[in-house]
Amino acid sequence: MTNQMHAPRTPAGRAAPKKSTRAKAAARTPAEVARLVGFYRQMLLIRRFEERTARSYTQALIGGYCHLNLGEEAAVVGLLSALSPTDYLFTNYREHGYAIIRGIDPNRVMAELYGRTDGVSKGWGGSMHMFDRGHRLLGGYGIVGGQVPLATGAALAIDYRGGNEIVMCTMGDGTANIGAFHESLNIAALWKLPIVYVIINNRLGMGTSVERSSAEPELFRRATSYRMESSRVDGLDPIAVADASAHAVATARDGHPYLLEVVSERLRGHSVVDPAKYRTEAEVAQLREHDPVVTFGARLVREGVLDADALAAIELEVTARVDEAAAFAESSPAPDVATLFDYNYASAVPNDSRRLPGEPLFEPEPLPDPGEAT
Amino acid sequence: MTTMTYRQALHDTLRAEMIRDENVFLMGEEIGVFEGSYKITAGLLAEFGERRVRDTPIAEEGFTGAAIGAAMLGLRPVVEIMTINFSLLALDQIVNHAAKIYGMFGGQTSVPLVIRTPGGGGQQLGATHSQNIELYYAFVPGLKVVAPSTPADAKALLLAAIRDDDPVLFLENLALYNTKGDVPDDDTPAELGRAKITRQGRDLTLIGYSRMAHVAAQVADQLAASEGLDIEVVDLRSLRPLDRPAIIESVKKTHAAVVVEDDWLTYGIGAEVAATIADGAFDYLDAPVRRVAMAEVPLPYAKPLETAALPSVDDVINAVHQTLDAVGRRHQKVGHD
Repeated sequence: MTNQMHAPRTPAGRAAPKKSTRAKAAARTPAEVARLVGFYRQMLLIRRFEERTARSYTQALIGGYCHLNLGEEAAVVGLLSALSPTDYLFTNYREHGYAIIRGIDPNRVMAELYGRTDGVSKGWGGSMHMFDRGHRLLGGYGIVGGQVPLATGAALAIDYRGGNEIVMCTMGDGTANIGAFHESLNIAALWKLPIVYVIINNRLGMGTSVERSSAEPELFRRATSYRMESSRVDGLDPIAVADASAHAVATARDGHPYLLEVVSERLRGHSVVDPAKYRTEAEVAQLREHDPVVTFGARLVREGVLDADALAAIELEVTARVDEAAAFAESSPAPDVATLFDYNYASAVPNDSRRLPGEPLFEPEPLPDPGEAT
Repeated sequence: MTTMTYRQALHDTLRAEMIRDENVFLMGEEIGVFEGSYKITAGLLAEFGERRVRDTPIAEEGFTGAAIGAAMLGLRPVVEIMTINFSLLALDQIVNHAAKIYGMFGGQTSVPLVIRTPGGGGQQLGATHSQNIELYYAFVPGLKVVAPSTPADAKALLLAAIRDDDPVLFLENLALYNTKGDVPDDDTPAELGRAKITRQGRDLTLIGYSRMAHVAAQVADQLAASEGLDIEVVDLRSLRPLDRPAIIESVKKTHAAVVVEDDWLTYGIGAEVAATIADGAFDYLDAPVRRVAMAEVPLPYAKPLETAALPSVDDVINAVHQTLDAVGRRHQKVGHD
């Protein structure tokens, strides 16, 4: 069992930038190059999708709360690269990117944001509650920490049946202080469940920093209380995240739960409507400098994996994909009010109420015969 | 038909369902080695092993949530929460998750989960261990809540709950575990969502569930013997969905109703029943609907205080008399005798 930070490391837990050369790129196999280009394409897809989401939100095409994965692209792409199609993913309310990279059609993700019937959750879930059984995304969850016991139970079901799948459960840094987090890690460690808990540490709750909310701000160290292996990785580097995720997933598949802390960034406010006034100018400037999509693109150019034309081509392709998703969402029908009670229960039950707010419980009927009421 | 206790009926049904379906397994605090706080799971660890009878840490939110997650993958966990008071620690998982997951994701996954938990006061367990807070769950769409009052219903409703694809809160009662009754030998499940008329009558309807359905039946028998009253008893059995038609049909026949409940009166289950009667049988009532419910205090430890706070057989008899006085019918009935 190890609980480690991957060296070298800056004081903030960020890996020092790696020196790369064209010679190194030349040594890459076509498969490695394809993998790196694939990472970049996926990261840019999340970036453009979320920018489009923010625009649609301000146009009032999307309602409710809306939390974006901007700044989290490398983390999402790296983490999910280690999962098999049969593995399960539980996540929280900041999950649009996870849904797309898990393989769900962006059209259906956008349609869910628009509250339409073609949405992944048929318009019942919205931004925070994306679910797709086929892609084994078992939910975005809106309650901080709510998904953690559920994911632990999914891992229990896999173990119960002797399956080879694992569960990945992502959460924010604030979740590490929730009771359900500790109860779940304890249960997973006791019962040796095949699960990877992932803390996306973007350093902020809504506006409260990790240091102001967590007495042990190196969150991966929480695992030591449960004798669980854990580590911390630079969440702005998709390759580092992918490697750390692969190790964590392999550990879980071997029957040992794992806690992975991914140090990430949140480029904007907590949600679309948060102007993030609690951040200083200098901090914002630094965020831009660390922007994972920009820095990874630049790195691929520097290392000779991509050139400017190739970058531009990916940009065009991704933008077109996002435009298509928005057009699809807009043209998808809103749910019919007649379907309001379709999902009351999975097993039909007598006396299940299907009353609309203005309707009486009982239809009016004639007065009883006075002779009857003795 | 076999005569057995409510406890035995629960035990035997759990065991039979575990034999019938490999997906059924048990989770809870002290249910294995200790054999359960109330011994419902006695012997099951020895028979089925640790994979299917899981002693959990004291972590209601964690293990209840884990059961929900396991149910999402198609297992059929039966969770024991030692008493309903402790279910408050799992409230987020029950209300925000078990109840929401089927609808919130557009019907893509069901949650075939049973949470067994006893309520009940009268054991001198004090304020935090004597509550009847099933109302909190009966309030929530997406949950089903059942409350058997007899050994036969304990079996039939537990069979139905385990085989149902939705989360079911299965309310037991400390005072009922040792009560005896006839239990059918075949394993026909009850239909969830249905009340049962446990005694036919024409003079007044007594409506209760769990322990108070038991008390209502006692009162009806006693008043039939002592005063020749012909009281109908409705055992609600299901608190969500609530079988409103059964309530209304009975009150239309008897024209008077007393609701008996072990929870607090204000906003309680009885309030919903009384409002239902006002909505559906207003023109048939010959007296206001009376409610007999617990006094509105945290239940005290000292026996005289505890006894005074809980609804008793005498409280129910008084409410029946006062209601029948109000309709002017009791004296007529006594006169006939």
